[in-house]
Amino acid sequence: MTPAGLEISGGETVLFWVIAPLMVLAALGLLFVKRAVHAAMCLVFVMVSMAILYIAQEAPFLGVVQVVVYTGAVMMLFLFVLMLVGVDASDSLTETIRGQRWIGLLIGIGLAIVLGGVVGRAAFPPAVGLNGGDPGGVANPQGLARVLFADYVLAMEAVGVLLVTAAVGALVLTHRRRLTPKQDQRAVADARIRALPDGVVLTPLPSPGVYATSNAMDTPALGPDGEQVPQSVSRVLRIRGQEKAAPHAPGTELVETQAQVGGSRSTGTREGEA
Amino acid sequence: MNEVIGLAPWLVGFPLIGAAILLLGGRATDRWGHWLGVLASGASMVVAFILMFRMIGTPVEERSVDHHLWTWLSAGDLGVDLGLRLDPLSVTFVMLVTFVGTLIHIYSVAYMDHDPDRRRFFAYLNLFVAAMLVLVLADSYLLLFVGWEGVGLASYLLIGFWDTGRPSARENAVAAKKAFVMNRIGDMGLIAAMALLFAHAGALDFGTVLSDDSVGAMSQATATAVGLCLLLAACGKSAQFPLQAWLGDAMAGPTPVSALIHAATMVTAGVYLMVRSGAILEAAPTAQLVVVLVGAVTLLFGAIVGCAKDDIKKALAASTMSQIGYMMLAAGLGPAGYAFAIFHLLTHGFFKAGLFLGAGSVMHAMGDQTDMRRFGGLSRFLPITWITMGLGWLAILGIPPFSGFWSKDGIIEAAFIPVEGQPWRAWVFGTVAVLGAAITAFYMTRLFFMTFGGRRPRWTENQHPHEGSPLMWWPLVFLGVGSAALGLVLGIGGTFTTWLEPVTGHAEHHEPVLPVPVIITATLVVVVLGALLAFRMYAVNLVPEEAPRGSVLTRAARRDLYQDAANETLVMKPGYGLARVVQVGDRDVVDRGWSVLPQAVSWFGGVFRKAQTGYVRSYAAGMAGGVLVIAVVVWLVVGLGGAQ
Amino acid sequence: MDITNYVVLAAVLFAVGATTVLLRRNAIVVFMGVELMLNATNLAFVTFARMHGDLTGQVLAFFVMVVAAAEVVVGLAIIVTIFRTRRSASVDDVNLLKG
Repeated sequence: MTPAGLEISGGETVLFWVIAPLMVLAALGLLFVKRAVHAAMCLVFVMVSMAILYIAQEAPFLGVVQVVVYTGAVMMLFLFVLMLVGVDASDSLTETIRGQRWIGLLIGIGLAIVLGGVVGRAAFPPAVGLNGGDPGGVANPQGLARVLFADYVLAMEAVGVLLVTAAVGALVLTHRRRLTPKQDQRAVADARIRALPDGVVLTPLPSPGVYATSNAMDTPALGPDGEQVPQSVSRVLRIRGQEKAAPHAPGTELVETQAQVGGSRSTGTREGEA
Repeated sequence: MNEVIGLAPWLVGFPLIGAAILLLGGRATDRWGHWLGVLASGASMVVAFILMFRMIGTPVEERSVDHHLWTWLSAGDLGVDLGLRLDPLSVTFVMLVTFVGTLIHIYSVAYMDHDPDRRRFFAYLNLFVAAMLVLVLADSYLLLFVGWEGVGLASYLLIGFWDTGRPSARENAVAAKKAFVMNRIGDMGLIAAMALLFAHAGALDFGTVLSDDSVGAMSQATATAVGLCLLLAACGKSAQFPLQAWLGDAMAGPTPVSALIHAATMVTAGVYLMVRSGAILEAAPTAQLVVVLVGAVTLLFGAIVGCAKDDIKKALAASTMSQIGYMMLAAGLGPAGYAFAIFHLLTHGFFKAGLFLGAGSVMHAMGDQTDMRRFGGLSRFLPITWITMGLGWLAILGIPPFSGFWSKDGIIEAAFIPVEGQPWRAWVFGTVAVLGAAITAFYMTRLFFMTFGGRRPRWTENQHPHEGSPLMWWPLVFLGVGSAALGLVLGIGGTFTTWLEPVTGHAEHHEPVLPVPVIITATLVVVVLGALLAFRMYAVNLVPEEAPRGSVLTRAARRDLYQDAANETLVMKPGYGLARVVQVGDRDVVDRGWSVLPQAVSWFGGVFRKAQTGYVRSYAAGMAGGVLVIAVVVWLVVGLGGAQ
Repeated sequence: MDITNYVVLAAVLFAVGATTVLLRRNAIVVFMGVELMLNATNLAFVTFARMHGDLTGQVLAFFVMVVAAAEVVVGLAIIVTIFRTRRSASVDDVNLLKG
C-alpha cells in the first residue's frame, strides 16, 4: 500500500499520531464543554492543528491562510459575538426535543463509521505527492497562484464579489434603526428624578465591595442601611450565580454598635473592627 | 366621392370622442358637457351632409364606396379588415341618425335641465350615436356586430338611466335588464349567422359574402338557416314577434331616449340588417316568407296593443312596434319592398321622433304624468306641441300628402303584389297591411284626442301646463316639418327608390292583384273610418278618468296580449327551475364530490404537519440522517460489489 | 504510515462537527460545529491533492475557506440580530415556523 511516488517520513508519522488524537479530543470538547467560550478555544486548537497538518501535507500556503483566516479572523469574530451576546450565555446540556440526543448521537457515530469505513475500504491509487512525480515542479505557493489566477480566475472574481456582498449584508443586518428619540443627558436625569418615587436610586450604583469586608468583584456592597446591594455585582456574575455573600450581615451588629456607642463612631473604624 | 371619403371616419369619431371626454372627464365636465354632446353630434351631422351632397353629385354607378381603414384582425383563415361602406343605404341612415340625433340632443339640453346626471346622459347619447353609425357604416358583419352591441349597450344604459333615487328606480333597472337579455337572444342569432357565413364563404365582409358568386354557391338550406338567424337578430333588436316584450318596458328611460333609440333609429337596425342582407334572403324564399309573417304578426300585434294602452309613451311604443312590422313585412317582399321599407323607416324616424318628443313636451308640461286619461284639452295650452304632433299624427295615418302616405302606401301596394305559385300571399298580407292601417288610424286618433281634445280637462290638481323652452320646441318644429313634407319631397316620381337602387337592385314592376287606385282608395277609406270611430269615442264622448273594465280583448291588450305571462311561464320559470337544479347539482354533487380530494390532501397534510416541529435541529437531524442512509445504501450497493 | 489516515481523521472530525450541530442548542456553538465540518472537508481536499499530485484540491480548499468566511460574517450578524430582539441565542427558541 505504500505509494511509489510518495514516501511519508517518520517525522510526519510521529507528528500525525501526536496531533490527530489531540484534535479529535478538542473536537469532542466542542460537544461536551458547557461554556461557549471554552468550545471556541477548543475549536481554535483544532484549527491551529489543522494548519500544522496542512503544512506537513505540502500545503504551506493554505496552512498560513488557515491560521490567518480561521484562527485570526473567524474565531476572533466568534469571540466578539460571544462577548456581544453575553459570555454568560452558557448552554444547559439537558435536551428539550424528545429523542434528539439519541438521534444525534446515532447519526454522528453512524457518520463516523460509514465515512471511515468507506475511506478504509476504498482502493486509492498510489499517492504521488505534489513534488513526488516531478521533482522540478513548483508546488507552493507559486504553483497554487498559477492555478488560482489562470484556471480559476473567474471563480476568484466571483468569490471577491461574494465577500463584499457578505460584508455589506452584515452591515445591513446588524444596523439598528433608531425608533425612539435620542436620550441626552438631561433626559436621562429627568427620567431618574421622575422615577424617584418608584424606588429608583438617584445616585450611581455602588461598586462591589464598598462598605463590605471585601472589595472583590463578586461581593455585593453594603448600603448605608447595612443591607446588601445585589445590583452592585456584575450582571454576568449574578446570572452565573457566582456572587458571594458578604462574610456576615453586619446590619444588626450596626444597630447594636449604635446602641452601645451612641452612633458617634465613624464607618471607617467599624470596617477596621470587622 | 373619393376626395371626401377621408371624412367618413369622423362621422363615428366626433361622437365617440365626445362620449370619451364626457365619461372620462367626470364631474369636471358637468357645466358644459351637454353642449359638448350637442357639438359632437352636430359636427357629425355636418360631415354627413357633406358626404351626402358629394354622393348626389357622383354618377350612380360610383356611389358605393368601401373605405378601408386598417386590418382589424387576422386569425387563421379569418381576416377581417376594418372599413366603412358608404352607399346610398348607409348614407340615408347616417343622415337620419345624425339629423334626428342632433335635434334630440338639443331637445334634451332643455328636457334634462334639472337632472343632476345630465352630463352622463349626453355621454351615453353620444356613445349611442357613435355605435349606431358604426352599425350602419360597417363594411362587414363583424364590424356591424360591434355597432350592434354598442347600441345595445347604450340602450341598456339609457333605459336604466334613472335606476337610483326614484320611486320607480327598481322597475327601470328591471326594464333595462329585460331589454338587455332579450337583445342577447337576438345577438345569438347574429353570431350564428356570422358563423354560418364564415363556414360558407370564409369571410365576413359584405363585398365577399353578399356577392353573386358567394350567394349563388350557397345551398338552399344554408341560405335559409342564415336568413332565419339574421331574422332572429333583427327580431331582438327591432322588437319583432316573438322578442317584442322589451320595447314597452324600455319606455322607462327618459323620453328623448325613447324618441331617438326606441323609435327612430336603433329599433330599425333590424330592418337595416334585413335589407343589407337582401341577397341572402332572396336566395331563401322560406326565410323570406317567415320574415313577412313576422312582420305581419307584429304589425297587428302592436296595433292591437296600442289601442288599449293609456300610458302615452307605451301607446307610442306599441305603435313603433307595429310600424316596424310594416318595414319587416316590406323587407321580406324582396327588391320591390326594400326601398319602401327604408323609405318608411326614414319617414317613421321623423314623425315618430316628433310624436315622442311631443309626448315628452306634454309630460314636461304635466309634471311627468303619462296617463292619457289625466290629459285632455291641452291644445289651447300647448299650441306648438299640438300642431307638430298633429302633423305627426296625420303622417302616421298616411293621409296624403303627409309623409306616411308615400311610404306606407308603397308598402301596402307591394304587399298586394302576387308571388308566383302562392296566390294566397298577396291577398293575406295585403289585407293585413290595410287592416293594420285602419287600427293605426284608430289608436293614433285616440292618443291624439285623449291628449289634446276633449271639452273638459281631466288633470290632477295644481296643473299649469305651458310650453317648454325654445330648445324644446324648435326640434319639434323641425320634425313636424319633416313629417309633413319629407314624403312629398322624396316620394314624388320615385326619387328615393331610384336613390336606393344601387343597393337594393332594380325592382321589376309587377302589378298588384288589385288596381293601385283601388288600393289607395280602400286604404284611405278604412283609415278615415278608424279615425272617425276614435274621434267619436274619445273626442265627442267623455273619457272616463278611470279605465273601464273593457272587453276580453281590451284587457288582454292592456297586458300586452299576455306576452310577459307567456314569456314567464314558457321561458323564465323553466329557466329558473333549470338553474336551480344545476345549482343544487353543482353544490351537492359536483362540489361535494370533488371536496373529497382536498379533504384527503388536508388529512395527509395534518399527518405530515407533525414533522414540522419548528426546531431547526430536527430538520438538521433529518438531513444528516438522510445523507447517512444514502451513504449506507451506496456503500452497500456499489462499495461492496465494486471496491477492492 | 498510510496517507489515508488523514482522510479518516477528516471523516471523524466531520462526524463530530455534525453531531455538534445536532446536539448543541447555543446558536454560536452550532455554528462552530459547521465550521468544524468545513475544516474537515478542507483537510480531505488537501490530502487528496497530495495523493493525486494535483493542486486543484488545494484551490478548492482555498475557496471553501473564503466562502466560509463570508458565511460566518452573515451568520453571526443574523445571530446578533436575533439575540437583540429575543434576548436568546438558543436555536430552539426560534421555532415559530412550525406546522
